[in-house]
Amino acid sequence: MTKHTQSLADNERWLGRVMIAPAIVYIVALVGFPFFLALFYSVSNITVGSTETSFIGLENFRHLLHNRTFLRALRNTFVFAFVSQALVLVLAKTLALSLLKDFRGKWVVRLLILLPWVAPISLGSIGWLWILDSVYSVINWTGRALGIFGPATWPIWLGQPTLAMASIITVHVWRLLPLATVILLGGLTSIPQDIHDAAAVDGAGFWRHNFQITIPLVLPIMLVAMLFGVVFAFTDMIVIYVLTRGGPYDTTQVLASLAFFTGIDGGDLAAGAAIALFLFPVLAVSAILMLRLARRTEVT
Amino acid sequence: MATVETRDIRKLFGDVKAVDGVDLLVKEGEFLVFLGPSGCGKTTLLRMIAGLETQTSGDILIGGQVVNDLPPRARKIAMVFQSYALYPHMTVYRNIAFPLKAQGFPGDQIPQKVEWAASTFGIGKLLHRKPRELSGGERQRVALARAVVREPSVFLLDEPLSNLDAKLRTSARDELQQFQRRIGTTTIYVTHDQVEAMGLGDRIAVMSGGKVRQLGSPQEVYNEPADTFVAGFLGSPPMNLFERDDYIAGFRPETFLPVGLHDTSEPLVTLWAKIHRVEHLGADRLLYGTMRDTFPNEKVIINIPFTVEMQITPGEVYEFAVKEKDIKFFDRSTGLRTEPRRFWEKRS
Repeated sequence: MTKHTQSLADNERWLGRVMIAPAIVYIVALVGFPFFLALFYSVSNITVGSTETSFIGLENFRHLLHNRTFLRALRNTFVFAFVSQALVLVLAKTLALSLLKDFRGKWVVRLLILLPWVAPISLGSIGWLWILDSVYSVINWTGRALGIFGPATWPIWLGQPTLAMASIITVHVWRLLPLATVILLGGLTSIPQDIHDAAAVDGAGFWRHNFQITIPLVLPIMLVAMLFGVVFAFTDMIVIYVLTRGGPYDTTQVLASLAFFTGIDGGDLAAGAAIALFLFPVLAVSAILMLRLARRTEVT
Repeated sequence: MATVETRDIRKLFGDVKAVDGVDLLVKEGEFLVFLGPSGCGKTTLLRMIAGLETQTSGDILIGGQVVNDLPPRARKIAMVFQSYALYPHMTVYRNIAFPLKAQGFPGDQIPQKVEWAASTFGIGKLLHRKPRELSGGERQRVALARAVVREPSVFLLDEPLSNLDAKLRTSARDELQQFQRRIGTTTIYVTHDQVEAMGLGDRIAVMSGGKVRQLGSPQEVYNEPADTFVAGFLGSPPMNLFERDDYIAGFRPETFLPVGLHDTSEPLVTLWAKIHRVEHLGADRLLYGTMRDTFPNEKVIINIPFTVEMQITPGEVYEFAVKEKDIKFFDRSTGLRTEPRRFWEKRS
């Protein structure tokens, strides 16, 4: 070891700074800079091809509020985020509870549940693309073979606005479920067995046990998982990008995808930035809540 | 109040026999203690009685009724856990009220019952606190209050005092016993602490290897141990045991005194021992030594009360004596009690 590194390793003040520097560079370059750039773009009239830009104030935002596609996307974003989170929460809780119990082949079931998380999302989405295909959909053919779908019934999963939204939510839930399940499973296993035993002896049945003992005890961790999921649902667009590209007729656009299609594909950087920034207050509030929750769980 | 009975009850965890054919009858209002080292099956047995663990075979009866297939909540029992298992997100009040609500107790009577249970254990002022704001002793009282509030027919206590400090444990033991005598509820108490067991139990079931080795009053299990395990487990220091031919002879350290100190007309057996070390423990003096003649070079521990002022010097040989009736005999192969072998007569 040279004399120089030795003195650096011994100097806690400098060592700390050096070690945190990559993280700061990363955040400044890939989060901070784009964020301020977006702030600037959103009050300008910049496009992909323009050589000069001018300040136009809140014109982009005012314009957006009269845009029906944008309003639809805004609504979709909330529907998408909250419906998928509600489903994830209920399903993850159910799965986690059943995975707590010991049974034969438990590890196979655990593996299968984790699979959507470890598989590349684009791969999974392409699989879903086939499942939901307008001609070859395995759901439709199975439904017809079993006689559930009559001769006149042939849902176009990705082509009818309501069905397309439902499909997107389903795939998103499928994708987030493993992580949420694992987080909840961690929370559930951290409850001492004695507490469950005490509740059983005290006379609590399934529902009372669940709603008065188990859920309150995993609530902090559950809220963290939920906020994480909400932020993820607000900012992610890959499922939409692969399955519907926002269609049919922009009925499945969310703000993230609309920002991408307008700003990058459409070249209207100013409008794209304004759309993307619309999410900012919601996300900021979520982040603050998340930090406060994490703090509270630390303290108790 | 109710009796609790187990009939040839067994519990296997894989190949391990945690509980191996236990037959017990706990009488109405009795305070029975399961005593044994860790891993002896006492907690598993208690959990099977509670219904938290299903037995591999055998029957459990509470109040004369077979409860094998009843869930814990239908067995009219209350249990106090070693960790107390208080619900951390609920106040003391809600903790105590929980079993009442769970069992559909009329809502308007709940506050009254909670107050009664809380005042029984002197925790009336803590009702609005959360468990994390309580001391160990207070938590233990809350756990007891939560158990008592529904007036169960059987109390099951799993080492409820082991998390308290030594001083608190003594007073808690006293309160617990007084309380049990007052309400007269059948109680089963699990512990590995022989002092607790001796002090609390009407009867003690000494357990080892999943079996009950002896069931009897504290005096019985102490003075008349059924086998070498019981003889060695109870008493601190434990009984001195000497192997010889096909039997094992033993006596308690406090029955083996310098020969001049016995003022009795009962027949005595005198033995010589060389003392190596003397320990002064306040109330007692422990002498560590080795036996001479009859059990050559076997180690022996002697317990002399501090009131005996005899001078004992390490390295010296002294003549000790034990009453004939205080010497117990065990079969060397099975470890079970046998008839006296009067080895001292052969010698003379």
